[in-house]
Amino acid sequence: MTDMEHIIAGIGSNEILTVFIGLVAVLLLSSTVAGILRLRLPKGVSSPVIDNLTSRINAWWVMITILGVAFWIGNVAVIVLFAFISFQALREYISVTYTRRGDYRALLWCFFFFLPLQYGLIGIGWYGLFSILIPVYAFLLLPISATLGADTTRFLERAAKVQWGLMICVYCVSHVPALLALHIPGFEGKNMQLILFLLLTVQSSDVFQYVWGKLFGRRKLLPSISPSKTLEGLIGGVLTSSLVGAALWWITPFNWWQAGVIAFTVNVLGFFGGFVLSAIKRDRGIKDWGSMIEGHGGMLDRVDSVSFSAPIFFHIVRYWWM
Amino acid sequence: MLEKFLASAFCGLIKTLTGARPNWRGTVPAPQPRVYFANHRSHGDFLIIWALLPPALRAKTHPVAGADYWLKGKFRRYLIERVFRGVLINRNVKRGDDPIGAMLAPLDAGDSLIVFPEGTRNQGDGLLPFKPGIRHLAEKRPQTEFVPVWIENLGRAMPKGGLLLVPLLCSVTLGEPITLKPDEKRTDFIARCRNALLALEPDEQ
Repeated sequence: MTDMEHIIAGIGSNEILTVFIGLVAVLLLSSTVAGILRLRLPKGVSSPVIDNLTSRINAWWVMITILGVAFWIGNVAVIVLFAFISFQALREYISVTYTRRGDYRALLWCFFFFLPLQYGLIGIGWYGLFSILIPVYAFLLLPISATLGADTTRFLERAAKVQWGLMICVYCVSHVPALLALHIPGFEGKNMQLILFLLLTVQSSDVFQYVWGKLFGRRKLLPSISPSKTLEGLIGGVLTSSLVGAALWWITPFNWWQAGVIAFTVNVLGFFGGFVLSAIKRDRGIKDWGSMIEGHGGMLDRVDSVSFSAPIFFHIVRYWWM
Repeated sequence: MLEKFLASAFCGLIKTLTGARPNWRGTVPAPQPRVYFANHRSHGDFLIIWALLPPALRAKTHPVAGADYWLKGKFRRYLIERVFRGVLINRNVKRGDDPIGAMLAPLDAGDSLIVFPEGTRNQGDGLLPFKPGIRHLAEKRPQTEFVPVWIENLGRAMPKGGLLLVPLLCSVTLGEPITLKPDEKRTDFIARCRNALLALEPDEQ
């Protein structure tokens, strides 16, 4: 790196540092509020809502710490982190999906070939291949592998489910670190901030939907799909986090209204991502995808919204800013 | 010493790789002699049950395993005899074999067994027909508790013939213990055990 690039990288990490200091302040405030709510309860009474809130906030402390450490180490750590997130999400997804003996090899290919290869290609920034690896190559090769199992029982269903899981958990999620591979004129060395922008808006949308829903939620949206989501939560949450996105314009290559519109778009997508994966959970008769993250459920419960918004965000930036 | 170390290493490994936790749905860990009977789809089946028992019970629980497989090779033999301390039986019973006697000995010593009444690994869904072994055990020792144990996903993670482990999340569910009723018919007892085990299977997908 030249001196100039060092300086740019330095300024970049300062903006990231500022955001993380802000996040810690928000978390401190949240933990304080949760603590006060707990203290105000009558003695000997426990509230499941406050317990869940506390464990959610504690999990946020852990998640933000892990993200912060990955950002601090650099691009490779961020890619490895998201590869792990994909791995865990795919693991949870396939664990509750019907497959048979004949899919064994296809599953091995998913976990030990396509997943690492996808993230490896992102690491070397080979857009031409990472953008088609799973939609084209995995799409054709996995059913071939499954036919070699010589078992036709529910064949199309099995092949479709494996491909769908790979798309959601690996392909879509991998578009978060793929942002590092974009070359945006005037924004060199700062791509990590795009990741921060995406994650902050989408995840804050989830948080604000939860908060608005708990405080003002009256009208259930579609209880057959998600019993806890309300119209008030959706509108309040999406709008609030779009404002958060607009207010974060200074870490992005966008101006304030562009940041707001993009944040709105990814939040709406994120909301429906949660909805689609809820529909699958209801169909399978499960409440959460796993139990890895205390208070939140599994990894896939936390990244469902990210997986739907990341590819679109990636292509918006790639189309208009590159 | 080495045996104990290897045993904890195997248990730790399978628990880490499968993320499995025991779900004591119909019973609690108890020290009396029991026969844990489970669905069988993977080589790792006995190990995952064994690993998820509390250590005190694990030391007194013996997997029942096929001699034809485990006596091939010195290391296998060492593992099953010294590390897992299994009960070896011939699956093709020859004249002079006494598989029931071999299984009764640990029960009489106050220990427990892990058995797979299907007799072989199932490569499809559901359960294969049960072999009569558990009925013989129940007749000889009617006070023994038979605990159904459903293992979910391990058969997909490492099926028959597979060498690598697909990193699926597995679960082990232990149901309500069954004891032989007085005058219960041979086939009725086996059917009751089989249905109790099937009832533990998560929803048909």
